[in-house]
Amino acid sequence: MSVKLNINGKTHEVDAAKGTPLLWVLRDHLKMTGTKFGCGVAQCGACTVHIDGTPTRSCVLPHDALAGREITTIEGKDGTAADAVRTAWIDIDVPQCGYCQSGQILAATALLESNKKPTDADIDNAMSGNICRCNSYMSIRRAIKNAAESL
Amino acid sequence: MFLERFQSNNRDEGVSAKPAQSIDTLHTISRRHFLVGTGALALGITLASRVMAQEGPAPGSLAAVAGGDATPSLWVSIESDGTVKITCHRSEMGQQVWTSMAQIVADELNAEWDKVDIVQAEGHPRYGDQNTDGSRSVRFNFHRLRVAGAAMRSMLRQAAAAQWNIGTDNVRSEPGYMVNKASGKRLGYGELAKAAGKLPLPAEADVMLKTRDQWRYIGKPVPSLTVPKITRGEGTFGIDVDRPGMVYAVVAHPPQVFGSTGSVNEAKARKVPGVLDVVKLPDATPPAMFKPLGGVAVVATDTWSAIQGRQALDIEWKDGPNAVYNSPAYRKAMQETGRKPGTEQLNRGDAVGAIAKAENTLTAEYYAPHLVHTPMEPPCATAEWNDDHLTCWAAVQDPQTTRNTLAGFLGIEPDRVTVHPTWLGGAFGRKSKPDFVIEAALIAREVGKPVKVTWTREDDIKHGYYHSVSCQRFEAALDDKGRCNAWLHRTVFPSIMSTFNPAVDEAGGLELGLGATDNPYYIPNLRLESGKAPAHLRIGWLRSVSNIYHAFGVQSFAAELAHAAGRDPKDYLLELIGPDRIIDPTKEGAEDYANYNASQSEYPISTGRLAHVVKVAAKMARWGRKLPKGHGLGIAVHRSFLSYIATVVEVAVADDGAITIPGVWLAADAGTVVNPRHSTAQLEGGTLYGLSNALYGEITVTDGAVDQSNFPNWRAMRMSEAPRAFEVNIIESNEPPAGIGEPGTPPAAPALTNAIFAATGMRIRDLPVLGPNRQKLKLNP
Repeated sequence: MSVKLNINGKTHEVDAAKGTPLLWVLRDHLKMTGTKFGCGVAQCGACTVHIDGTPTRSCVLPHDALAGREITTIEGKDGTAADAVRTAWIDIDVPQCGYCQSGQILAATALLESNKKPTDADIDNAMSGNICRCNSYMSIRRAIKNAAESL
Repeated sequence: MFLERFQSNNRDEGVSAKPAQSIDTLHTISRRHFLVGTGALALGITLASRVMAQEGPAPGSLAAVAGGDATPSLWVSIESDGTVKITCHRSEMGQQVWTSMAQIVADELNAEWDKVDIVQAEGHPRYGDQNTDGSRSVRFNFHRLRVAGAAMRSMLRQAAAAQWNIGTDNVRSEPGYMVNKASGKRLGYGELAKAAGKLPLPAEADVMLKTRDQWRYIGKPVPSLTVPKITRGEGTFGIDVDRPGMVYAVVAHPPQVFGSTGSVNEAKARKVPGVLDVVKLPDATPPAMFKPLGGVAVVATDTWSAIQGRQALDIEWKDGPNAVYNSPAYRKAMQETGRKPGTEQLNRGDAVGAIAKAENTLTAEYYAPHLVHTPMEPPCATAEWNDDHLTCWAAVQDPQTTRNTLAGFLGIEPDRVTVHPTWLGGAFGRKSKPDFVIEAALIAREVGKPVKVTWTREDDIKHGYYHSVSCQRFEAALDDKGRCNAWLHRTVFPSIMSTFNPAVDEAGGLELGLGATDNPYYIPNLRLESGKAPAHLRIGWLRSVSNIYHAFGVQSFAAELAHAAGRDPKDYLLELIGPDRIIDPTKEGAEDYANYNASQSEYPISTGRLAHVVKVAAKMARWGRKLPKGHGLGIAVHRSFLSYIATVVEVAVADDGAITIPGVWLAADAGTVVNPRHSTAQLEGGTLYGLSNALYGEITVTDGAVDQSNFPNWRAMRMSEAPRAFEVNIIESNEPPAGIGEPGTPPAAPALTNAIFAATGMRIRDLPVLGPNRQKLKLNP
């Protein structure tokens, strides 16, 4: 059954099995591989995308429920906060392997879009759904603060 | 559809997994293990040397410098536009090896950094060792990559001199250019490359390396070559590979290692939309090596459909020999073994006699569970057959072993196999084992299309190569001044060697050299023993390997002795380390102590360097300061992968038992460091990896099957649980480069538990700290 999805401002017509999570539609059907698979049960945050601006786990989100919603992935996320986050990430080399960082960047961007001066507790709340097994947490925290400074 | 034709290849003699190379992670196989090795070992080695003979570098002026082939064309090519393409033969898994390898070549080449581009090497013996673990990419390649870069610079200089018709003395190099000293004219490397490439190679003796003060990139915080791409979701990990006509597979694995597949009802699976095929894989037989585990693959038009199809399979699994494995009973058996005399591994004086005679003794037993790597990217591989040539793209730490393993398992020559390492989304030792790549090759051959195999998180956690479970027993005698006069250490754990040779039921020099036989303490009577512990899982190496439990035991017991003696743990630790000296375990009975495959003359065990990092870390943490209520400081020090690391952890334990970590301070002496920024990241990450494992990492087994399955029940550290502050001090050193990726991990656990003791008086002797049986502590941000 064909579904029209609005991804990064473009309409994509997708023909995937009913209930297929958005993650696999992005990765396998549309070949947009910036969004990563980590756990499949919304526990690790590697698959984070923005749905209407809210960070959401795409691995448990049926794609066929998303017609008319605004889907933004790491490939398409832009704006002042996203720029500040990317710059801060690059300035201190936050990522190690980088696999979880699409999700980390989208979580951090959403945080800064709603809260320009996050405290440590705000960062904990916003970022604790995103596991990094390289444990780049010290750098992520620092870069979020640097990005906030620059906004 | 069944893969019976591969069954015949699943015999031991058909599997040449090149084990010498793979175990070489931990150094080469010890002589003892060679003697008891199977035919497969011998074949693997023969095959490897034949490949080397056929395809290896011809002897030449720069083909055999220390560390391997330094022929410039192997490592760097300069395009006419000045782009400097540097070949990285190691796997990029977050340690920033692309950047560090490029820094070394580009520095000696005197290249412009923004012209540097990386070419990822395929798996091939021409590059020498590509086994990206053991924290040694820089150590193994530092010298020869410097020579390669400097040799090319020398040839560019000659080319410029020839063009200007002047002597090379009248040409100097600026980044990316050769400059005519007299006229000031400049020629770009891109303009000179073609002519330079036609010149004969200089002899090594004629290659002028820069002096330390001339280094432009080495030792500097050069930014990562991968990070800008990562922030855009670009770059190709193993899971991101796409091939024309590719289909997607997942595998249902038997719950037990060497369990087998009985009847399979695939009717329901075949009805799942998108499912294309169901493929039975050959049952695994000992030795486990890097062979796939068997089971049943479901092939589909996308990964999700394959996962749905797998859920719809009805498989009757048959018990194998490991059905007897249950964690609680095994723990008891290991403990009992540790209470009896074991195999002598190292001896100084008469520890047993001294302890028997002493009035003041202390005994403690420590337990540490199995751990699993859980890189964020689970194992993934793509395989494609073109006629009789196999090409694989996979997140692998050692593409050469992957290539040889595939060739051996499939019964084809290695030159018919190409392995391209992708970026690795974390690895930690898991991706040294290419079992999942063989799965992709088998399924692709069966369905006649390119196949990507994706392991789900459940596969990763339930079917790994597990860090060994361990029990350690310590006994010590203290004299009337509280000084340690005798130390007996018994270590009991199933050995990694069992994965390659099922007859091995006791650890040998390889793993004991990781924190046990290299005991640094200045104690007159000291004895190390090992005990038997047969394996029932695939035991593998995980970031810092046996150092994890050995450092936990050795550093915890030191703090316990300090407490018994009524002394400050840091002062007591320094006293245990004793005067500055060099230790050589081979002189005290540990004949096969391997020193991480490095010579003891170049990389001696120096107690002076060990004590120094203790003092530096203590100073950084302001050791001895007055702490708030419920806070405690713990210290631990450990040499691993030839680096010396001391770590101080501060914990805060609230009245309700909630633990937080206000700060960590780490001092590292890793010799010459190529990139301090990325080394700091590795030391932080390695420490947090160790803290995460210590706090809640635990794999348990029931009837041979792993109990945990995904992040809800295999817990990993999150942002809210990370330390609030972390300070790293990398000590300036002119010593040769040592390891960085792993050595941060071992001291983390004992520094943490020593801190908890300082804060609460509660001594944690079994891990994880927040195990299900522990009521008094919790992690609560």
